[in-house]
Amino acid sequence: MKRRWTLYDPRLAWMLVAPVLLLLIFFLILPIAVMAGYTFFTFVTAGVETSALTTANWHEFLTDSYYSGFLLKTLRVGAITALLCGVLGYFPAYFIWATTFRHKWLLLLLLIVPFWISFTIRTFSWINILGEQGVINVALLKMGIIHEPLQMLYNEGAVILGMLHFLLPYMILNVYVSLESIDRTLISAARSMGCTSAQAFREVTLPLSLPGLAAGLLLCFVLAAGSYVTPQLLGSGRDALFGNLIYDTIMGELNWPMGATLSIVLFIVLGFFAAVYTRYMGMSQIVKGLGG
Amino acid sequence: MNRARRKQEGRWAWRLTGFVTVCVYIFMFAPIVATVVLSFNASMFGGFPMTGFSLQWYGKLMANEQVLAAFRTSLWIALVTAIVTTAIGVTTAFALVRFEFRGKQALSTLVILPALVPETILGVGLLVLIKAVDQPRTMLLLVLGHILLAVPYVVLIAQARMIGIRRVYEEAALSLGASRFSSFREITLPLLVPAVVGGALLAFTISFDNTSASLFWRPAGVETMPTQILSMLKISISPEINALGTVMILVTVGIPLVGGLILQSLTKLRRQGEPKEETQ
Repeated sequence: MKRRWTLYDPRLAWMLVAPVLLLLIFFLILPIAVMAGYTFFTFVTAGVETSALTTANWHEFLTDSYYSGFLLKTLRVGAITALLCGVLGYFPAYFIWATTFRHKWLLLLLLIVPFWISFTIRTFSWINILGEQGVINVALLKMGIIHEPLQMLYNEGAVILGMLHFLLPYMILNVYVSLESIDRTLISAARSMGCTSAQAFREVTLPLSLPGLAAGLLLCFVLAAGSYVTPQLLGSGRDALFGNLIYDTIMGELNWPMGATLSIVLFIVLGFFAAVYTRYMGMSQIVKGLGG
Repeated sequence: MNRARRKQEGRWAWRLTGFVTVCVYIFMFAPIVATVVLSFNASMFGGFPMTGFSLQWYGKLMANEQVLAAFRTSLWIALVTAIVTTAIGVTTAFALVRFEFRGKQALSTLVILPALVPETILGVGLLVLIKAVDQPRTMLLLVLGHILLAVPYVVLIAQARMIGIRRVYEEAALSLGASRFSSFREITLPLLVPAVVGGALLAFTISFDNTSASLFWRPAGVETMPTQILSMLKISISPEINALGTVMILVTVGIPLVGGLILQSLTKLRRQGEPKEETQ
């Protein structure tokens, strides 16, 4: 016998979420599961592999220092980028929150505008600043300070700069959202009890904004460590990161089992950081940061 | 005395904050401004100094068949992605906010994962899957992939708005005899309009901009706008690319801005005709 439908019937809920759920199953969960299985396949030659199970890919990954070197470099670059984002992003977030400027919305809008501009364009536009014919070199040459163009592109610094450029809005918005949720009377209370503004900041505002800062750091770290386009455009071959390694392994060498292994490694490593974060902070802050 | 000095310190701290803020904003927009300015440069080379004002690179762009084809492809994909993602994202948000069902918590975590997992991993995963079942890369696959990437944002935006809409409005309509569907269409959906428009615009830009995942998923021989730019950049930066970048900026910044303005004036018009409502 069929049960009668109630007002907020779970069956209706399942029907409503079905399309998204199917998409997540077939395009997110299943691919990662299949990829995990693929890491045990045997690589024969470019584009060809057999389903004979082997641990050779994992063995190669764990013993060849080429791969661990790539992984460490990627984590280092990601960490540097995230920390720089945190330091540089906190000031604007605090400024927007605390300012009495009437057109505050404009400052917030300007933070969102970069999200609308193609990431590829934002990245290559740095060539117009740092390149041999970029703003800096041309200006310095004109002023006679230098006589040969400086080589500022195609090194690790340029890669970090490019990533900083695209990640800063994420950081600022995350910190801003958590500053916004602070009860401002707490700060007035601290001030009226005799705190200086610096003390009030250190004792009240800063600790209460830490969840946003932490969410921003995680997001920036994960996105930087998983990037592909920035090292491709602003770095030299030596500045390639793990994402580039994966792309080259699959699209260049056509070594699918190894490419799958590297992808799973990156997934596990970044997932580990995210898991540590959610263990202490919960998911809600990231949700707030992404939702704007 | 002491107090005055402290006040001075506070003012310096505030000035420093303001100074860093200005620097960060300059940092964020200087490269974009440089690109837009250089697109009007008459010089043959993509760089400074400016040798004169010219629109020739835009003309050259309009004659570039490859670029136009990539532009059309991206536009189509982004339109379909925006429409489909908004439809399925809004119904999901509705279910997640209004209903209680088993696995709801797990689903709301799962749904934001595509925004957190690096695109390279999503890209490789899907490729491995279709290789395992021996399917070719098709346009459909690319579009569904873009929908996957946009879903988290649409769901989050719709969810945030949905929480602010009290369920008594829908229930009142239901108790007056409206069907389930018409109560959603007549009551909930109009209140959700800002989230629907905002989500659709964001889904459009996410799809239109997507680079890394598209490099993996695109069918052989198909270029989207970002992958086209990437392959043009392999040679060197040219004034034509700067012009292309400027056109793209106009499209992707112009559409949300105009959409936002239309939305604002629409809600203003509606506010005038209606009693004030509480949506918080």
